[in-house]
Amino acid sequence: MNKRILFSLLVCLLVLFVLYPKSKTSEVYLPVKEKIATENSDKNFHLMMDVLTHKRCVNCHPNDNIPKQGEDSHPHYFGMSRGENNLGYDATKCTTCHQSENNDYSGVPGAPEWSLAPASMKWEGLDRYEIAASMLDPKRNGGRTPDETMHHLTEHELVLWAWNPGVNANGEPREKPPVSKEKYIKAVKQWFEDGAVIPENPNKK
Amino acid sequence: MKKISFTINDKPVEVEILDENTPLLWVVRDNLNLKGTKFGCGKAACGACTLHVDGEAVRSCSFAVKYVQGKKVTTIEGLGTPENPHPVQEAWIEEVVPQCGYCQPGFMMATAALLEKNANPTDEDIDNNIINICRCGTYYRMRKAIHKAAALKDKSLNI
Repeated sequence: MNKRILFSLLVCLLVLFVLYPKSKTSEVYLPVKEKIATENSDKNFHLMMDVLTHKRCVNCHPNDNIPKQGEDSHPHYFGMSRGENNLGYDATKCTTCHQSENNDYSGVPGAPEWSLAPASMKWEGLDRYEIAASMLDPKRNGGRTPDETMHHLTEHELVLWAWNPGVNANGEPREKPPVSKEKYIKAVKQWFEDGAVIPENPNKK
Repeated sequence: MKKISFTINDKPVEVEILDENTPLLWVVRDNLNLKGTKFGCGKAACGACTLHVDGEAVRSCSFAVKYVQGKKVTTIEGLGTPENPHPVQEAWIEEVVPQCGYCQPGFMMATAALLEKNANPTDEDIDNNIINICRCGTYYRMRKAIHKAAALKDKSLNI
């Protein structure tokens, strides 16, 4: 009889162990202040990445040396590709068509230092977490320190062109990133100030 | 009205213009009456409007006239003369390249710019650099003419 009771107790304990939610055990304890700081950092990260994953940015960070165009990110017409120094070729450079400002007559976009991002900065096909990691990696970001990256992201005229993208060849306004320029700049600066922490990538198990 | 001064085919000019963002092509054709540079698409796509600004090929339909202040513009009319054609013009005639001919000045200007940077372009260089559009499909003859122009230019330099 005692053996039966003992056996039943063991089975109950085993069932409880199996059914007990495991996620509770993997959560990291954070003091309230630190938790709010982390949540704010994550919020700023996502605001920043909502912009940096937009086609106005990624179109010029290709993974195949071919610039992309338009809202559907199609390959640049006429067979244009990276060429020398990310600026095209001898007689057909980026500046053959792209000047230092948008041309509303032709619909050709333009901004100072118009060029393709260097090949090491290929973002096309990466998710926001991978892009952020690439952005912070000096081997892939052109040897920039986090401070230099922050300045590039918030001050470079070519980056900020995303909010002044002009009209396309049909005279229709190009889509702007989903976050305002002011909100984006504030989020980027705060994210770097908070230590540039990339949240855990939920896509990677 | 804004005044913009530049040289065109080695001749100094000054144009008065209401909108300094007016495409250079319109000024070249309508104000300066040089009709060799053609209007094709108006979207910097076809290259019929290609001319040189300080030796660099640009699509003049998408190039604001304000950018040429103080610069040197060359059009197809200034590339060579009937008596002394540019090697590109000579090669184009020898290979009988044009069919309708409308896009050809743009192609010739792009080729002349290429040969200044790359005296002996390979087929791959031609593919990368000469990306204008010809609806008659004269690309095959143009490729031959580009190689011939390179040889003629080389020969003229060695004389």
